[in-house]
Formats: sequence, C-alpha cells, structure tokens
Amino acid sequence: MRIRTLEIGVGLFLLAGLLALLLLSLRVSGITAGPTDSYKLYAYFDNTAGLAVRSKVTMAGVTIGKVTAINLDRESYTARVTMDVQRNVDILPVDSTASILTAGLLGEKYIGISVGGDDELLADGDVIRDTQSSLVLEELIGKFLLNTVNKE
Amino acid sequence: MRKRSPLERVRLLGKAGLDVLAALGRSTLFLLRALFGRGSFDNSLTLLCKQLYSVGVLSLAIVVVSGIFIGMVLALQGYSILATYGSEQAVGQMVALTLLRELGPVVTALLFAGRAGSALAAEIGNMKSTEQLSSLEMIGVDPLKYIVAPRLWAGFISLPLLTLIFNVVGIWGGAMVAVSWLGVYEGSFWGNMQNSVDFSTDVLNGIIKSLVFALVVTWIAVFQGYDCEPTSEGISRATTRTVVYASLAVLGLDFILTALMFGDF
Repeated sequence: MRIRTLEIGVGLFLLAGLLALLLLSLRVSGITAGPTDSYKLYAYFDNTAGLAVRSKVTMAGVTIGKVTAINLDRESYTARVTMDVQRNVDILPVDSTASILTAGLLGEKYIGISVGGDDELLADGDVIRDTQSSLVLEELIGKFLLNTVNKE
Repeated sequence: MRKRSPLERVRLLGKAGLDVLAALGRSTLFLLRALFGRGSFDNSLTLLCKQLYSVGVLSLAIVVVSGIFIGMVLALQGYSILATYGSEQAVGQMVALTLLRELGPVVTALLFAGRAGSALAAEIGNMKSTEQLSSLEMIGVDPLKYIVAPRLWAGFISLPLLTLIFNVVGIWGGAMVAVSWLGVYEGSFWGNMQNSVDFSTDVLNGIIKSLVFALVVTWIAVFQGYDCEPTSEGISRATTRTVVYASLAVLGLDFILTALMFGDF
C-alpha cells in the first residue's frame, strides 16, 4: 500500500512536469506549426536600421510571417531582407509595398505589407520591388534642426 | 607554528594539486561506473521510483512556493521600472524571458542543491559510516548499482521537471500580480510574451541548462556522500561541501552556458 501511494505521487510529479512543458510551449512561447507551411519573399531596403531577425511581418495589422535573415547585397549596397510568409497568405499581388514601420514612438520595428492592384501574385522566392526604408529618428531630428537654423 | 622551508611549501602545493586531480579522476570513474557499469536489478524501476519520490516529489513544495514569489516580485519590480518609460505592457515578456532563460534553471538548481543534494550526501555518507555500503558489498550487491545509480538518475530526471514547474508557476504568479493587481491589460501581457518568447532559443535552452545543472548537482552530492570520511564530522563536511560546490558550479556554469547560447560568437 505504501509503495502504491509513492508511485502515484511520482506519476503525478511526472505528469505535472510534462504539463508544464506543454503550457510553456503553447501559452508562453505561442508555438505554431513547423516552417513547412510558409514561403519565402525577398525585399531590398536602403536602410533597415532597427529591424531584426524574428521581427514581425504584418498586413493590415495581422501578423502573417517573420523576418528570417538580413544581409547586405554586395552589388547594390542595400539590405536584403528574407521573410517567411505563411502559406495561407499566398494572395499578395506583385506590386505590393513593403515598408519598415515602428510600433509606437520608440517601439520595435516590423515590416508592414500593403496590397497592390496587380492580377499576378507573388510566389516563393519572389522579390517585393516597392519598398520604404525605416525611419531613423536621428536623421529626422537633424533635418528639423537644420530647417530651424536656416530660417533664422 | 613551525617555520616551513620553501621546498616544503612547494611540496604541499604539489600534494594539494595531486589530491584535486585524484578526486576528479575518482569522481569521473565513479560516475561512469554507476551509470554505465554492468549488472542491474529486476526491481531497479522500483528503486528509481522511490528515489524520484524523495528527490523530486518532496522538493516540489519549496520549488512551487519560491516560484510563485519570485514571479510576483519580478512582475512588481519590472512594472515599477517599466512604468517610468510608459511601457508597462512589456512586463509579461520581461517576466517570461527572465524566468525561462536565467532564474528558472539557476534558482531551481540552487534550491535543489540545498533541499535534495544535501540530503543525498548525508544519506549516503551515513550509510558509509555505519558500514552499510561495505555490508552490501559483502553479500555480493554492488552499492554503485543499488544505492548510487537510482539516486543519480532520479536527480537527472527530477531537476528539469522541477525547473519547468518553477517556470510555469513563476509566470503564473507574475501574471497574477501584473494583471489582477497592477491592472496591466491581459491581452498585451500574454500577447507580448508570445511574440518575444521563442520556443527553441528560450524554452529549449532553459531545459538544456537545467539538464547540465542536474548532472552537476546530483553528481557532486552523491560523490561527496560516497567519498566522505566515515565519521560524523566527515558527513557534516561532505554535506557542507555539497551545497557550496554545487552552488558555485551552477553559477559558474550558468555564465558559460549563457555566453555560449546568447553571446553571439
């Protein structure tokens, strides 16, 4: 009888541990299915300051993918951003625009895609041609200061 | 105190170095023999179950209670700092990342060293000083297999599970303080957390850390007990050493593991 309660205790302990792992993966890290059901898109930006790997890719405020790599393109001296977009969002026209936006005034950077009007759709490995670079606060302040100095 | 010649001092230094090396070699052989040595018992699962109970289940209370309080304190401190920058929504991701990456594995391993490690060392040390270990050998039972191996495996299994439970309870405690008490919006608390926590970099790396800590803490505890002087003073020294060495090893290894995992080399 003693050994039975002991085994029940150990069983409950193991179950609690596994349940904790399940909670951590589903509730805390919000894990989703593997990378198979997504496709790659590329975009070239003049400036990606603040954008990072794992940043969100959104459309109309809904997260539809994430940034997987940012490299420098050796020929054009621009930044090439690789994005993984969910497979069920395969309805992006080829003239869609990708812009680097900021959540809040000083928040994290993310890529927002706005829809174009073309009939042709972007496929795996395609490049988004129309892009808008990230807004660098220092440049903006610099321009503003220059303007006020010129006025005087 | 008698004055020592320089040569005598060099000799003592060399002796100390050799002792350390000998202890390291002995403990490695001890670990390998206990884990992979030949010969097992029919009731080895029952033995393991018993140890899982005394090492794992009985440590549950202290781990759960400290988890809740650490999570609540993190939320409270994080909120008061983040509120000055107007970004108190980030308190969820702060609590989750702190617990998953650092505090969960480290604090659980320290608690485990104090609660279960010291008990293991004292128990085995007492068995040695009352000559139970030699009696087992006399009747043809290998104490490494019968006494040591189940305790080692129980430690390896228990600590990662305890760490997972600690993390969940801590995040729950943090959510309780942040959402129901401080009034952070529940959606942004969990949403920010899910956006910033990555399963492989945060959750899995935490589990890897706790696996390493489990190996080190249990190994130190069991070896100190097995290797102690068979006197009551020796047992007390072994218990103290277990807690001190295990805590230092956990903190040192944590830095190395963090540097390897998050250091971007």
